[in-house]
Amino acid sequence: MAEVRLSRLSKSFGAAAAVSGLDLTIADGEFVVLLGPTGAGKTTTLRLIAGLERPDAGSVTIGGEEVTARSPAERDVAFVFQQYSLYPHLSVYDNLAFPLRSPARRLPAAEVDARVREIAGLVRIDHKLDSRSTRLSGGEMQRVAIGRALVRKPSIFLMDEPLSSLDAKLRADLRLELKRIQSDVGSTLLYVTHDQIEAMTMADRIGILSGGELVQLGTPRDIYTSPANLHVAARLGNPQINLVEPGLIPCQSVPRGTRTIGARTEHVEVEKAAAGAAANARIDWIEHLGDQNHLHIAVDGRRITLLADPYSGFKAGDAVAIRLREPLFFGADDRRISHG
Amino acid sequence: MSAAAHSVVEPGLTSKRVAGAIVILYAVITMVPLFWIFATSFKTPPDSIAYPPKILFEPSIEGYCNLFTTRTRQTAEYIASLPPATSFCDETTRKRNMVIAGQSNFLPRFVNSLIIAFGSTFCAVFLGTLAAYGFSRFKVPLADDLLFFILSTRMMPPIAVAIPIYLMYRELGLSDTALGMILLYTAVNVSLAVWLLKGFIDEIPREYEEAAMIDGYTRMGAFFKVVLPQATTGIAATAIFCLIFAWNEYAFAALLTSGTAQTAPPFIPTIIGEGGQDWPAVAAGTTIFLVPILVFTILLRKQLLRGITFGAVRK
Repeated sequence: MAEVRLSRLSKSFGAAAAVSGLDLTIADGEFVVLLGPTGAGKTTTLRLIAGLERPDAGSVTIGGEEVTARSPAERDVAFVFQQYSLYPHLSVYDNLAFPLRSPARRLPAAEVDARVREIAGLVRIDHKLDSRSTRLSGGEMQRVAIGRALVRKPSIFLMDEPLSSLDAKLRADLRLELKRIQSDVGSTLLYVTHDQIEAMTMADRIGILSGGELVQLGTPRDIYTSPANLHVAARLGNPQINLVEPGLIPCQSVPRGTRTIGARTEHVEVEKAAAGAAANARIDWIEHLGDQNHLHIAVDGRRITLLADPYSGFKAGDAVAIRLREPLFFGADDRRISHG
Repeated sequence: MSAAAHSVVEPGLTSKRVAGAIVILYAVITMVPLFWIFATSFKTPPDSIAYPPKILFEPSIEGYCNLFTTRTRQTAEYIASLPPATSFCDETTRKRNMVIAGQSNFLPRFVNSLIIAFGSTFCAVFLGTLAAYGFSRFKVPLADDLLFFILSTRMMPPIAVAIPIYLMYRELGLSDTALGMILLYTAVNVSLAVWLLKGFIDEIPREYEEAAMIDGYTRMGAFFKVVLPQATTGIAATAIFCLIFAWNEYAFAALLTSGTAQTAPPFIPTIIGEGGQDWPAVAAGTTIFLVPILVFTILLRKQLLRGITFGAVRK
């Protein structure tokens, strides 16, 4: 395990800058998730750390050693790909043993065997060691892929959306399992995803990437409650944050320079219209998701979407009074303006 | 919905039967010449030219005796003076008023064919795999033009350049040598090998090699450990194509080889000339000539089927 430091890392493909001037330090044993939409430079960042791409500028330091010019085999990193994760011509056992038998390590057979069996137990695949890797289910394949990364005890694990090709249930299971394994092993892990739930639940820190630049880096809570700008605010939260102009919904105090107000469910108080609360909006329709409802509320021709308790008693067509409570304020440059 | 007639999933019984019948009929038609050659190889010379042709006949290995030996005509008195015949071949030959004079050239010609065909197939597939990998994975300057150039070597019949090659080979001392024939067949086959194998290697996701390189292997190591095992299907198919060409090639073999390096295709017809039209011997030569290709194809058939590794990847 080791600290990984990226400094002013840049990489372009033709005219398109995939990563530009990226500074990021991942502490020893830390679980960092890079979150961003497709094309934000997440995968390129991982490939630069792994040595699969050469940066145009900047450097990669792993465990205090500058490795920018080294080949992937010399970097001691492990990589879990989104797909094509297992060698199809090998058994599960041989897949797990593959990195240990490489010229870079060449461990004695007895040690290979011991390590493979230990890791197989950890990722709960020990009952399928002799199966051909093509005979596994999707979840088993990714567990073996994670195992193949773990078996080497590398300086850092790089994972490129390892769960995204799985179905929702498996994804949830493996998410928990991955977090368990990471805390058991205490490994440094850089994880790339576009799934905010994965980021929120697993990360020690989240890095938000956009257009090849790191927009914000912080704990999941920080990123959620104090997003640096509109882009970050829009990446987290479900339903997506409502963006409205000042004055549309009553609010106690709006800082000067505010051009957009970001309102999540917890930022909006909704009451049934009554004598004390004059109606300023109307419930357009309600989506029933089972454990929760989405309220679609029409305010002055605009629509906002909020979460609601299924027992809240609202019905489509109800007139309601809504009011903002400590929402997020964004200025003309889309950056957040802190209150007061 | 009438599922039986129009189902997309499973053809109906009638269509299956019709399809089966067509396949069997086609197989029978294509097998008739092969069967005829096989049958002729076990006929006696008189049976082989009987009219109407004999479907039922008493099998004999005289054709195989004649294929592997040379014989000389002798007087009946001389034959009677010889010690008793020691083998079936001796006996049959004497009945025809001949004695076995020695071994024919068939065996050495057959061995030449084996060396030249397998040697050139190995070279073509080996070079083709490396080139295909390079074209598939690296940024090769002018890759498209180079690939077109490689393909263009197949655009004319190879025999069109027979005379320049003949002259070149004479100057270089490559005429009638196994090395010359291996080089020639490799040159003809390598373009096919590059194109076929490039397609197969393009299909293998790069992620496997990248994973292997991260797992501690060099690119060469990743190529041998990860790419080659997955390319076996393509390599087997390519090898079969190359082998069939090199094995059956007649024109260049007839032109460039005459003695030590002569292959079986130009040799087999010459059997006809040796003392009457010995069709059983020709048929025996042809039958034996078919065996290596048959064995090779059957051996690799397993590989061809097993190499299909779809399903390893969730798409």
